[in-house]
This record gives sequence, structure tokens and C-alpha cells, in this order.
Amino acid sequence: MGQITLQGVQKSFGPVHIIKGADLDIADGSFVVFVGPSGCGKTTLLRLIAGLEDVTGGAILIDGRNVVDVPPAKRGLSMVFQSYALYPHMSVRGNIAFGLKMAGIARDEINRKVEAAAATLNLTPYLDRKPRELSGGQRQRVAIGRAIVREPKAFLFDEPLSNLDAALRVQMRLEVTRLQKQLGTTAIYVTHDQVEAMTMADKIVVLNGGRIEQYGSPLELYEKPANLFVAGFIGSPKMNFVTGEIAKQQGAATIGVRPEHLKVERDGQGGWHGTVSVAEHLGSDTFLYVDAGPLGMLTARYVGELDLHPGDRVSLIPDPARIHRFDDSGKSIHA
Amino acid sequence: MATQQTQLLARTLLTPAVALLFIWMIVPLALTIYFATLHYNLLDPGSESFVGLENFRYFLTDPAFLASLQNTLVLVGSVLAITIILGVPLALLLDQQVVGLSIVRLMVIAPFFVMPTVSALVWKNLLMHPVSGLFAWIAHLFGLPAIDWFNDAPLFSVILIISWQWLPFATLILLTALQSLDEEQKEAAEMDGASAISTFIYITLPHLARPITVVILIETIFLLTVFAEIFVTTGGGPGLQTTNIAFLIYSQALIQYDVGSASAGGLVAVVLANIVAFFLVRIVGRNLEA
Repeated sequence: MGQITLQGVQKSFGPVHIIKGADLDIADGSFVVFVGPSGCGKTTLLRLIAGLEDVTGGAILIDGRNVVDVPPAKRGLSMVFQSYALYPHMSVRGNIAFGLKMAGIARDEINRKVEAAAATLNLTPYLDRKPRELSGGQRQRVAIGRAIVREPKAFLFDEPLSNLDAALRVQMRLEVTRLQKQLGTTAIYVTHDQVEAMTMADKIVVLNGGRIEQYGSPLELYEKPANLFVAGFIGSPKMNFVTGEIAKQQGAATIGVRPEHLKVERDGQGGWHGTVSVAEHLGSDTFLYVDAGPLGMLTARYVGELDLHPGDRVSLIPDPARIHRFDDSGKSIHA
Repeated sequence: MATQQTQLLARTLLTPAVALLFIWMIVPLALTIYFATLHYNLLDPGSESFVGLENFRYFLTDPAFLASLQNTLVLVGSVLAITIILGVPLALLLDQQVVGLSIVRLMVIAPFFVMPTVSALVWKNLLMHPVSGLFAWIAHLFGLPAIDWFNDAPLFSVILIISWQWLPFATLILLTALQSLDEEQKEAAEMDGASAISTFIYITLPHLARPITVVILIETIFLLTVFAEIFVTTGGGPGLQTTNIAFLIYSQALIQYDVGSASAGGLVAVVLANIVAFFLVRIVGRNLEA
């Protein structure tokens, strides 16, 4: 079991409030991603759950038991650190076994568990090597091995893929997701990369300035962002925001349209007119950055190749069903 | 140094410096070897004559030689043990966040900046003096008789003084090493359920293996040639109890005025230092390989 509940969790460092009251329900076996810009408090929140920081207020419940006064090792969680934090003088075997050894488990059982974990992660040939003799991806797997061998109630990942190169990151992303599904253990994963968040998560927590902006499945966040921040943060390229007269006609202070929901027409009628300032041709997609005069810069995405060049006049027609409307305070208006 | 031309230029430019260093080294060495083969006593001028290896035989069979060799090894070993065994906990303490830490650190490191003669005099006259010393006063407070340190435990007293001087060095090296220990590693150990003692044994101590090696190497080099502290406090005595090799050579040359024998002793000391260095590098050098 690994059900984690946060009730009004707060954290301050002196006068600085890092977490301003977080309420969250994480179901057993789910993969939850904390995402947000730098300094939003996502790592702090993870460390509070881990017990590496003390909460200033509120309660953290693991399987219904309040653990705010329980030391980290007794919470039954294990953590994968950004720097991996492998013990450099111990072999891979020693690294994975360390937690079990500290728990005073018999040597035979430790060996059995370490070898099982190593087999799951394809680390068996490297068991007697030192961390410095391993590649980045292998070190990452050792760190994960150290986490799974203790059979924790939940895994905590602190930006574990940020030190890997792009290709390896995609591969490890898949491996971590598959492993988590296979083990069925609750996982909390912190990242600033919204692509990681969208692809890995069952549910995403979007954090900003120490507050939870929205908690929901990736597609919920994409289709029904709760406010301007979530709308701008989720999705790539970013959502276009338009204020002023056009928004007022729709009964909103701001309206937002995603680049992929803007239809591009050359010299077309209707819609919003503008001049292409930059065109990015990727083959599979074409991204257009259009100077739309009073509306500002708009981004449009066209699937496939579109033969447009800087200086060309285009019109952009928003899909009326996919216009997001926001009120004065930035909150989403649902019809 | 990519092309042959730049290589040649580099060598040409380096030559004067290397040549100067070489002369600086070879002239004293050659003269010492030359003197070591002479009967050369300052009290008996004009009698210099070639005696072959007689000076070496005289120096090596002198009972003072074995005694001073033993004193040298005991002194080096004890000071190393004391500075490391006390240096590790001291460094751990200084690594904590405490109010006024910068002042405490400065105070701990201060003894290293006091010159050896001065610190030896301070210890001899202000602390260990059996009549007017601080230790004697403390002993009197408890109704105990004062200890005459330099007569009752001369070698131990010298070791104490030298350890006091070198403890800051060990602490400083170990402290910088502790500060380079990855915070996430300690947290990982905490998550793994390691107690403070286990974290120290399994994480901190292995991390300190390399700086401890550095401390041992550097301290050994300097401790083999300790002289000022002995000269100022005990003058090698009582008897030979605090005479080490360096002091023995000094006494041959400038107390007995026997330059030939002192030169032979100097060469023996060079060989001994090399033997120690050889074994030291064999034993601890492995730790320095990344």
C-alpha cells in the first residue's frame, strides 16, 4: 500500500514561505508528477514527503498515518536523487545492499534481493563495479535499484533524468514508467520538463510560487486548464493569449488558443491577419511565428510542410470549440 | 606543445631554471659526500685526511644512532596518530553550523602559524614549567604534585608540543574534504536508514581516506626532520631520550665538531628518509589513484 495524503502542508525558511498550504490525495499505485518552473517549491514538497525537511504546518499521511514526526527511513519511502548520490567507494552491489544492511536483514536474503533488483534493471554484469566505472544511464539505474530493493511504499524521484543526454532521457523515461507499472508502487516524480510530466504521469500536480495550481490527468490539464498559468505552462509551443476587444466579444478578459488549434490560411478571409516573422520547418510540423499587429506575436502549428516564408501575409482562424476563456483574475471560465 | 618547434623553444627556455636547480642540489650533495669520506674535525684543523667509509662505520655503530632512530620513528608515529585521531572529530565539529564559527575556526588553525621555536618556548616556560607553568598551577589546585614534564616524560612532552602544532594542519585538510562531501549522499544514507554512526563509518570515513593519506605523507616529510622544538626544550636529553636523527647530526657537527661523521649521518638520514618514503608511497599511494 502507498497512499499519500497532504493536508495543508506548509513550509517556511525563516520569513520565506516556500509551500503555502498544499492539499493533495495520491492514490495507491499511481504515478504523480510535480511540475513547475524553477523555485516553485516542487523539490521542497518532495523533500517534505521524504522527511528530509521538517514541515512548518499541516500533516502528511502515509496509509492514513501522520508521519510528520517520523524519521525518513521509517516512512517506508525511497528516493532517487538528481545527482544519483551513489556511494563512490562501494560497488554497485554494496550501493544497492546498503539500505538492507542498515535494516539488519540476513546476508543471504540481501544477496537474493540485490540480485533480483539487478536482474530487473539489467545491472547483473556490473554488480562488482564501482560507480565511477559506469556510464550515466547505468548510474541512474543503480540509483533506481537502490530505491526498489527496499520494496518501499512509494518512490520519490527528484529530477532524476536531468543529467542525461536527450536520447538517453527518452529511453530512461520509458524504462522508469514501465518499471513503475510492473511493480505497481506509488511514485512521485519531480521535474521541470513538461514533456516528461505529460508522458509519464497518471496525474500531474502543477506548482507555482508554492501553491498547487491544478491537479489532474495530463489531458485534463491540456484540455481544461484551471487558470492562465497552467494554460501557459502545459503544452508546447505555448498557448497564445489575446486580450482586449476580441476577448471582450467572447465575454472574457483573456482568451487563449493553442498553436495547434489555429488554422493557417494564405491570404485567407476572416480570422486574425498577420505577417510571418519566423517560419520553422521541421518536416513533420511547421511552426509559424506571426506578427498579428495589435494582437501581438502569435504562434501557429501546422502538421506537415507548409511553404511559407518570413514576410508572407497569412490569416489565422481559431477553432471556436477550443478557445479557452479566462476572467480578470486569470481563472478559467467554463461555459 | 604541439609542434617540434614549440617543444624545442620550451626546452630552451626551461634549461636555465632546471640547470640552476640542479646545481643548487648537486653541489651540497657532492660536498657532503666528500666530507663524509674525510677525517674532518673542527677542533683539529689541518688534519683532514681520507678515511674511506670509516665515518659511516662510526656513525652506524654509535649506540646513539639506534636510540635516535627509535625516537624518530616513535615521534613521527605518535604525532601522526594523535593529529589524525583528534583531527577527524575536530573537523566534524567545525563542519557544523554554529554561531561564531569563523572565529572558532581561526582559533583552531592559529597554532599552525606560530613558529616552532616560539611555540616550544611557550610550552616550556608558560605551560609545562614545573614551578611557574600553568599545568603545575592546575595540579596544585587539585592538591597534586607538579609534573616536571621534560624530566619525567621528555619524549612525550616533545610529542605533545609537535602534535599541538600539527593538529590544525590535519584538521584543516580534513575539514575541506568534509565540505566537499556531497550533501545528497548523506541524505541518501539517511533515507537508507543509516544512523549517525553508520553514516560516519560507511560514508564519511571512506570519503576521508584520501585526505588522511595526504596528511600522513606531508606530515611524515616534515616530522622526520623535527629540530627546533627539541633544541629549544630538551636539547636532546635527558641523555638521549629526545634525540632524533636530525638532532644527532646536529650534535655531531656543532657539539662534537666532527664534520666528517655528521656528513655521513646526513647521508644515512637521506637514505632512511627515502626508505620510509618508498614504503609510505607503496602503502598509502594506492589511495591516491583515482
